[in-house]
Amino acid sequence: MNDYGPLSFKVPEPPVRPGDEPDFSDFEVPKAGTVRKPGVDTDANDIKDLATTMIRVLSREGEAVGPWAEEIDKETLLHGLRSMLRTRAFDERMMTLQRQGKTSFYMKCTGEEAIAIGQQLALSEGDMNFPTYRQQGLLLCQDYPVVDMICQNLSNARDPLHGRQLPVLYSSKKHGFFTISGNLGTQYIHAVGWAMASAIKGDTKIAAAWIGDGSTAESDFHAALVNASVYQPPVVLNIVNNQWAISSFQGIAGGDQATFAERALGYGIPSLRVDGNDFMAVHAVSKWAIERARRNLGPTMIEWVTYRVAPHSTSDDPSKYRPREESAAWPLGDPVLRLKNHLIKIGLWTEERHTQAEAEFDEEMRVAAKEAESYGVMGGGASARDIFEDVYKEMPPHLIAQRQKLGV
Amino acid sequence: MPIDILMPALSPTMEEGTLAKWLKHEGDSVTSGDVIAEIETDKATMEVEAVDEGTIGKIVVPEGSEGVKVNAVIAVLLGDGETAADIGTETPAATPAPAPAEAPAPVAAEPAAAAPATAEVPSDPDIPAGTEMVPTTVREALRDAMAEEMRADDDVFVMGEEVAEYQGAYKVTQGLLDEFGARRVVDTPITEHGFAGVGVGAAMAGLKPIVEFMTFNFAMQAMDQIINSAAKTRYMSGGQMHAPVVFRGPNGAAARVAAQHSQCYASWYSHVPGLKVVMPYTAADAKGLLKAAIRDPNPIIFLENEILYGHTFDVPKLDDFVLPIGKARIHRAGNDVTIVSFGIGMTYAEQAAEELSGMGIEAEVIDLRTIRPMDLPTVIESVKKTGRLVTVEEGFPQSSVGTEIATRVMQQAFDYLDAPILTVAGKDVPMPYAANLEKLALPNVAEVVDAVKAVTYTA
Repeated sequence: MNDYGPLSFKVPEPPVRPGDEPDFSDFEVPKAGTVRKPGVDTDANDIKDLATTMIRVLSREGEAVGPWAEEIDKETLLHGLRSMLRTRAFDERMMTLQRQGKTSFYMKCTGEEAIAIGQQLALSEGDMNFPTYRQQGLLLCQDYPVVDMICQNLSNARDPLHGRQLPVLYSSKKHGFFTISGNLGTQYIHAVGWAMASAIKGDTKIAAAWIGDGSTAESDFHAALVNASVYQPPVVLNIVNNQWAISSFQGIAGGDQATFAERALGYGIPSLRVDGNDFMAVHAVSKWAIERARRNLGPTMIEWVTYRVAPHSTSDDPSKYRPREESAAWPLGDPVLRLKNHLIKIGLWTEERHTQAEAEFDEEMRVAAKEAESYGVMGGGASARDIFEDVYKEMPPHLIAQRQKLGV
Repeated sequence: MPIDILMPALSPTMEEGTLAKWLKHEGDSVTSGDVIAEIETDKATMEVEAVDEGTIGKIVVPEGSEGVKVNAVIAVLLGDGETAADIGTETPAATPAPAPAEAPAPVAAEPAAAAPATAEVPSDPDIPAGTEMVPTTVREALRDAMAEEMRADDDVFVMGEEVAEYQGAYKVTQGLLDEFGARRVVDTPITEHGFAGVGVGAAMAGLKPIVEFMTFNFAMQAMDQIINSAAKTRYMSGGQMHAPVVFRGPNGAAARVAAQHSQCYASWYSHVPGLKVVMPYTAADAKGLLKAAIRDPNPIIFLENEILYGHTFDVPKLDDFVLPIGKARIHRAGNDVTIVSFGIGMTYAEQAAEELSGMGIEAEVIDLRTIRPMDLPTVIESVKKTGRLVTVEEGFPQSSVGTEIATRVMQQAFDYLDAPILTVAGKDVPMPYAANLEKLALPNVAEVVDAVKAVTYTA
């Protein structure tokens, strides 16, 4: 006798689809300041609760509260907010260029600006980021020339990557920004290997790995974790959970069964889940994880909870798979507004300065784009010689022959 | 009738070993299953069990003997009523018995001459005359290359599965952990994709990793890291970042390891811009080219062969013996036909050339040594002289290294060809396990001889 009914197959579904009211009723948001702050030498087993809760610092009233609220110098705070505004202005200008047919492709990071910028401002010179395609803030809060970024997106004569790489997949060793990989997840292992090398050399530099919620399904993610667990290299393992991998909600990557932060616990890696739209929380938790790495205490995983307000890319229309109003209903709000309100609250910022800054960066990007366009658009200006350079350190004879045959 | 106790093959690829210790002595009685001796190979120490019952009448090979060939008589067992006087005087001491049909290694399946202890290698033009030559196994040559480079450059380190405590699954990293310690000889978790990526990341940080794959068959899951990251990063980053990694390990068929452990990846990797692909045959080339690979600023695929690990060749005794990557070597000079091969394919090419010489056909045998960049000029020079070309490799026949050579020679030296180019390769099937099928799936000397006869119109 068979007591079993027929088996059924599960495909996770988000709570709502287009046409429905946005629904975040199951999304728990702890009150700011309520999550404890352990010492940096903590054992992963003693902070398991931090992988399921959410560390938050900025209250609804715009105050920095709780054990993770710490003194951040005024310059860093102002630079953080201005960099977020600058990133937003850059994204808008790039979107315009794409819609004008001057570049083929672009990806905005709207709503996620606090994460890359908050962490970069806690890193030191010589540390190395292994980013994904939505961490342009890492460069835009540094002195990387914005004209160079645009030139790459336009793939013109001044493209620093010589017309070889997709728009958005920037690379700048000098700015601690590893060449972005177009196939997802590979950089997570590179960060672990780079950090291992730093330890093998007896250096003091650390690596920061970046991955999205969707790409945590890649084997690279798991291989990186096992290697990080075994060798305890100085690396910060960031997961940017922006809820959406193109049209696949985070449940398709397994996020409904456990938080992404919890994945590290099986490897014995300390792991924290953090409000990614809270600049103060991002900076404080980043500092904590960086301090652990720098003190040779090993890797830390951080899940940054955020929301991808923008489409996945310029090729994507999110209204086909999620309600248009969903981003406005996102319970963690807008990272720019939240930091702005806090800085106004503590007397560092005003509405007027905010409006001025928005205009200033809009103008900066307009001028920069104009200059970049003067060097060509849409792959118009790359030197034909560049096709054969940098395949090898020294050009082998068969490539020299091919180059001569092309007459370049 | 006294029974000969033979030197057993304790692994499919074992060809010889050291008789470390006798646990039974002349006059001792043994029953089936008794441990009678201990044998050491370069991989492990193993026990030899008695198969038959009787009394040890004579120990033919004393303990401590090195280089005892598989199937050599090591002792004689007496049955009931027999005495030492019954042992035939004709019993050959430590002479290899003819290899049985299921002999361990495909090359050893050819009679006696198949696996020469020391191959005759013409002096390499890159070795100064009068240099002392030291008989060395390919395994030792690879280890020596790594050790020398690690001594010279603190940025060089080795990582991979079983490379440290176990000294390498095939003992290629023997002694390295003792000399260089755990910081520079690093055991990894079983994740080829993972540790290949770790190596790439470490290389981007300025170190020079040697990443050992237990076999390149396992490296298929690391393809994305090797090709999309290691090979392309210099290009994609506009020259800012690069990954000077050596990925090395055994490639191709060994013996009795079937479909998933026997594939040759020479043509796969040779397809990819940004990689250099090296595949040595002799111990000298293995050493000189591995040293060059470690120093090269580009990612290198270094394809070894498990069967060749135990082969002995002369290696020049030089303080710093480095060979150029991308340069073929004329292994044997001849005027009638050009045979191009590489890696273990050279064993077929060499034997075929020897047989052909007996028939009055003098083959020029070229060892390609590097698959990418390919030294086509050396091949073309030879073809201009001989007018005929046969390529030999163990890999699959379609899109093979041989077909690549054939295409390019046809394009660049068509007027010099007096016959179509023939390519000898493995059969177009996954490698079967059974010894007889495995032998059929691989190329053999007769196929090479037949191909040469066909292109020289002497068939």
